[in-house]
Amino acid sequence: MTASAATEPASSATRRQRRRRPQDAGRGLISHADRNRPRVRWTLRVVQAVFLVGAVIVGLGPLLWTAKGAISPTQEMLQDPLRLWPSAPQWGTLASAWAELRVGHYLLNTVVLVAGSWLVQLTVATTGAFALSVLRPRYGRFVYAAVLATLFIPGTVSLVALYLTVLDLPVTGGSIANTPWAVWLPAGAHAFNVLIMKQFFDALPHELFEAAQVDGAGPVRLFWRIVMPMSRPILAVVSLLAIMSAWKEFLWPMIAIADTERQPLAVALPRLAEVAEQNQVIAGMFIATVPPLLLFLVFQRHIVRGIGFTGLKG
Amino acid sequence: MAAGLFLLPTLLVFGVFAWWPIARSVQLSLQFTNLVDPAVWVGLDNYANLFADPLLWTTVRNTVWFVVLALLFGYPLPLVMAVVISEVRRLGGLFRVLVYLPVVIPPVVAVLMWKWFYDTEFGLFNQVLTAVGLGPMPWLQSTATAMPSLVLEATWAHAGSTVLIYLAALSSVQTELYEAAEIDGASIWRRLWHVTLPQLRAVLLIMLLLQIIGTFQVFTEPFVLTDGGPEDSTLTILLLIYRYAFINGDFGMATALSVLLAAALALLSAVYLRLTRTWSTT
Repeated sequence: MTASAATEPASSATRRQRRRRPQDAGRGLISHADRNRPRVRWTLRVVQAVFLVGAVIVGLGPLLWTAKGAISPTQEMLQDPLRLWPSAPQWGTLASAWAELRVGHYLLNTVVLVAGSWLVQLTVATTGAFALSVLRPRYGRFVYAAVLATLFIPGTVSLVALYLTVLDLPVTGGSIANTPWAVWLPAGAHAFNVLIMKQFFDALPHELFEAAQVDGAGPVRLFWRIVMPMSRPILAVVSLLAIMSAWKEFLWPMIAIADTERQPLAVALPRLAEVAEQNQVIAGMFIATVPPLLLFLVFQRHIVRGIGFTGLKG
Repeated sequence: MAAGLFLLPTLLVFGVFAWWPIARSVQLSLQFTNLVDPAVWVGLDNYANLFADPLLWTTVRNTVWFVVLALLFGYPLPLVMAVVISEVRRLGGLFRVLVYLPVVIPPVVAVLMWKWFYDTEFGLFNQVLTAVGLGPMPWLQSTATAMPSLVLEATWAHAGSTVLIYLAALSSVQTELYEAAEIDGASIWRRLWHVTLPQLRAVLLIMLLLQIIGTFQVFTEPFVLTDGGPEDSTLTILLLIYRYAFINGDFGMATALSVLLAAALALLSAVYLRLTRTWSTT
């Protein structure tokens, strides 16, 4: 009895709290009074110092290792892996990886695949969510349920069947395997984007849409002139998550694009690592990491917030 | 009418690339298909062959071992990091960036990097271990250490995004409850146990399920680091599906195993959600 009485106000308070999203939390688990106690203060300082050193080594270390490896001679990487900086930096390795290993060529393939995947994801998510949230056809509920159902089926499970599908499309019967379409179109079937886009549209003031419709705005005008301009924050979040995840893709592009000439850098690298000069491969790894790294550093606030408010990112 | 047009991209893309392959998987698992000869209905033969393959049980054992190790290493760690980051206060932004950096590195690059680190002769880890007198470890070379080595890499690669999710959840914990607990004389540890963790229960439970589902589908790490070796000790279910389909060309066997994996994961999720629902209402 007492236990349920104690948890009840707490759980309803939690619900209220979630909607409020406080950013100005004045205190946390450890109070100001705790912080004034010497033992707590010193423990916190030690934990902070240890954590900072650990986070720099574990988070930044591997990136620095790649940067160093990209300009070190292979021999030095093998004989003295603990060396912090190459004895004689070879900046030319980056250029020779770009030209001889054709990292530039594969990087362009990656950019093409990522750009198309992003465009398809954004198109599907915005139009689908607009129809489901604003236009609301009677059968909308069933479409939404069918979209959400795919969230519960792990993507890798239909991998083989998806491969056979792109080889032999239903109805039309053509094959898009070995073309960018085989990566672009399946990328659009990402229920999570539709879900968060619809949630955002649901929270927009619907009276505004009704007013626009009374003024004679058709659905297309409503979509382009009213809903899209109001949706910049969610478009940014979905775009960043779409681009970051498309850049990471490995298994599906490897299967869908068998022609090595058309493969993205992520698929080419393990193959190159078997045969090529090792310092050039590390230079290639470094080049593959720079674009998503820059994107993250520039937009980290959006990305951190995006992951926070989307809650889960599969 | 207009709604139909706006729904067209969704219906087409989900229809052709999500719903159709799922339905097709069930059909393919009952056929013999090698893409050369016309498909033949074989009933449950693919499933029978699958259960007769000793490799199936090897991969199931290996995958479960990976999932268990990944839970032991990887489940408590992001929570500890999130609590520390949110309580340390200073440098919070820097910590967020540092813990998320491994997530930003493309998985293939990360795995290739760790292949260097794990090298028994020239690798960073063994050089450090030798320097402090702990001697070289076999890492990816021995059947006993190969799987834990993969889990270590995977934990490093994935922990960052979970930390950010927990940090967001921590920022919405009721501070009044901390105050009330403090007035009642609860120590910091007791507040952590009785206030913080219960408030995070929902997100902790869903992340547990997502991690289990995610780690059951591990592919890139064993594929690039060990190719299932040594002696099949890191051959996972997804790697076996890949081999059936794209090495042996037996798409029926591959989809049969896919369907079984999907069914197992669906069953697991259903049982888990049912169990945790009753927990959260009591």
